[in-house]
Amino acid sequence: MTLNQLRVGESAEIVAVGGEGALRNRLIDMGLIPRTKLTLRKVAPMGDPIEIHIRGYELTLRLEDAANITVAPTGQSAPAQPVAEEKPTARESGGEAEQ
Amino acid sequence: MTFALAGNQNCGKTALFNALTGMRCHVGNFPGVTVEQKIGEIRGKTGCSVVDLPGIYSLRPYTQEEIVTRDYILNEKPDCIINIVDATNIERNLYLTMQLLELDVPMVLALNMMDEVRANGGTVDVEKMSRELGIPVVPISALKDEGVSELVDRAIEAAKSHALPVRADFCAPDSPCHRCIHAVMHLVQDHAEAERLPLRYCASKLIESDNDIADRLELDGNERELIEHCLVQLEAESGLDRNAALADMRYAFIETVVDASVTKCRESREHRRSVAIDKILTGKYTAIPVFLGIMLLIFWLTFNVIGAGLQRLLQFGIGKLSDVVDGALTSFGLNPVIHSLIIDGIFNGVGSVLSFLPIIVTLFFFLSILEDTGYMARIAFVMDKPLRRLGLSGRSFVPMLIGFGCSVPAVMATRTVSSDRDRKMTMLLVPFMSCSAKIPIYAVFVAAFFPGRGALVMFALYVTGIVLGILMALILGHTSFRGKPVPFVMELPNYRFPSPRSVGLLLWEKARDFLQRAFSVIFIATVIIWFLQSFDYHLNPVADSSQSLLAIVGQWIAVLFKPLGFGDWRFSTALISGFIAKEQVVSTLAVLAGCDAAVLYQALPAMFPSVVAAVSFLVFTLLYTPCVAAVTTLRREFGSRRATLGIVLTQCGVAWVAACLVYNIGRLLV
Repeated sequence: MTLNQLRVGESAEIVAVGGEGALRNRLIDMGLIPRTKLTLRKVAPMGDPIEIHIRGYELTLRLEDAANITVAPTGQSAPAQPVAEEKPTARESGGEAEQ
Repeated sequence: MTFALAGNQNCGKTALFNALTGMRCHVGNFPGVTVEQKIGEIRGKTGCSVVDLPGIYSLRPYTQEEIVTRDYILNEKPDCIINIVDATNIERNLYLTMQLLELDVPMVLALNMMDEVRANGGTVDVEKMSRELGIPVVPISALKDEGVSELVDRAIEAAKSHALPVRADFCAPDSPCHRCIHAVMHLVQDHAEAERLPLRYCASKLIESDNDIADRLELDGNERELIEHCLVQLEAESGLDRNAALADMRYAFIETVVDASVTKCRESREHRRSVAIDKILTGKYTAIPVFLGIMLLIFWLTFNVIGAGLQRLLQFGIGKLSDVVDGALTSFGLNPVIHSLIIDGIFNGVGSVLSFLPIIVTLFFFLSILEDTGYMARIAFVMDKPLRRLGLSGRSFVPMLIGFGCSVPAVMATRTVSSDRDRKMTMLLVPFMSCSAKIPIYAVFVAAFFPGRGALVMFALYVTGIVLGILMALILGHTSFRGKPVPFVMELPNYRFPSPRSVGLLLWEKARDFLQRAFSVIFIATVIIWFLQSFDYHLNPVADSSQSLLAIVGQWIAVLFKPLGFGDWRFSTALISGFIAKEQVVSTLAVLAGCDAAVLYQALPAMFPSVVAAVSFLVFTLLYTPCVAAVTTLRREFGSRRATLGIVLTQCGVAWVAACLVYNIGRLLV
């Protein structure tokens, strides 16, 4: 599943970071790399963006960008609540660094 | 000796810079870009200056801030880098450290917010961390001024002995990453030496596919191909792509350093507090009402209480001073023209612009508190969705909102917008937000044409501005600002009490900056308008204002306003004087109508052919060129004279078209 499908309070481990270019590299630099654990903290009042807890700090990103991040859920610490009905844009993990 | 201060955003870099330098610093821009550069001398150490580099998370060449930092360190070769790291968020902060270490410059690590870590039961084994990283590590608290003098001593020591980082090799031995980096290093060693670039840095950048570096190293096709082979092998062996593999290596090393030297604190009090505050401030139902409440409070305090009070005080002072000078000049028997220049030109013009200063300072005071507490990031989080449709991010919301108060601090506030593209676009949209200086104009017209329906008219005007601003944003997004917006991936820092020193210094900087401009460009502009107002074209002083050069210019351009319904030269003249400050439209109209500003509303209906023409005038006033103070601020923040002229002309063009449409459609309807 992808990060945008995670529910509030749910934890997961990153499997792959898709997407490309500046955005993908920014995500990687912020510590979103495979095998990192994260928790979905909150969804903004208008339903987007989301707030995640990762590597001891809080990070916000948009749902469309979160859809590029494949995660494996590891647990749940709060009542489930769907984050978004958006269709995941399943992309291949990795992806060449573009020129 | 020159020290470079580098670190992430929100790690207390500004606080450390202020602690290092005190009041003495010079604010400018890095060459060629509008990234702010602050240079100051370290307190008590003559000949030691420190340069504040922008807050960044990585050294990739994507944002201006990252490029500026990279170029500064590679080309200016500071004697020592002071890398400030937030100890409460150490893993991610050390990621930049890893990259700075590759630059082959002496470096000292300032471990900030150690007081917070200790208070929550955490510890850092500084010795061990220093050994692992190969550079001196100094625990500090920039806010409380703890450890700063030791930091300075260690930095000077490192700079004097030119102690390069002991270690630049962080990859686990015999890992795919290790093999790849070292293979690439061998391949490009001679090139890097020829270009005098740090070898390890070059290898990392080549792995990250940074073409700037490949070109700078003048690699030929064969060499690039060989590097590509290494990269393909890295990807095959590690199961990650090249960028992720390198980041993975860095984070893996950071984890070993942190495991060895840091006892993590339990969930900190600050973090628990932040989570609790965020329940309300970013809560599903409370976020937007609270945000609106806070903004209303700020506006109310600025425009009704503090700012307005200070403004009255300042106006009173200027008035008194001008009376005294007036009396003195009269008794001295000074030439009446020079007398008028001093009183009507300089005192009146500069005085009216200067009276903005309290508003600007007060608004900025609140803005810097919003920013320093961490609330600004929350506003961006809450408001991102609606702004995204305009091709902007939540970061642009507050500057635009401030535009309803005054365009000058609004444009200055765009500094908090992290991407250059979004920043420029936000600045272009600020003039569409009707500033408070236009309210007196609206008020007079409402009293003259729409008594009792003021709220409706004002609301319609504000909405017109916003709607046109949105249209403008959509047009810009498809033309000159096409291209991808910078990703909105933003940290939400813990809420913190702002440092009074930082807030004070920021206010002082902004006020000084505004005053400098008030006394240069704005001064010249007011003298020019005074000259045009006071002389006829034989250059004789005029008694009747309708004979003045300004009136003549007004008459020339009055033709332009014929299609808008207000071809009377008095309106064009008033609009010109509104360039100094928008309130001057009212006072000039009163002078030209030969009545007091208080009863201008009685004279206005006779001056307009129809109500529709008056509405058209209001629409034009709403949209035409920002005042001189705003234009000089735009010029400074945009860093381009041409772009600023473009903004002025565009605003006038938009105003003309909008007013023309309103007039002609209105005439058909009424």
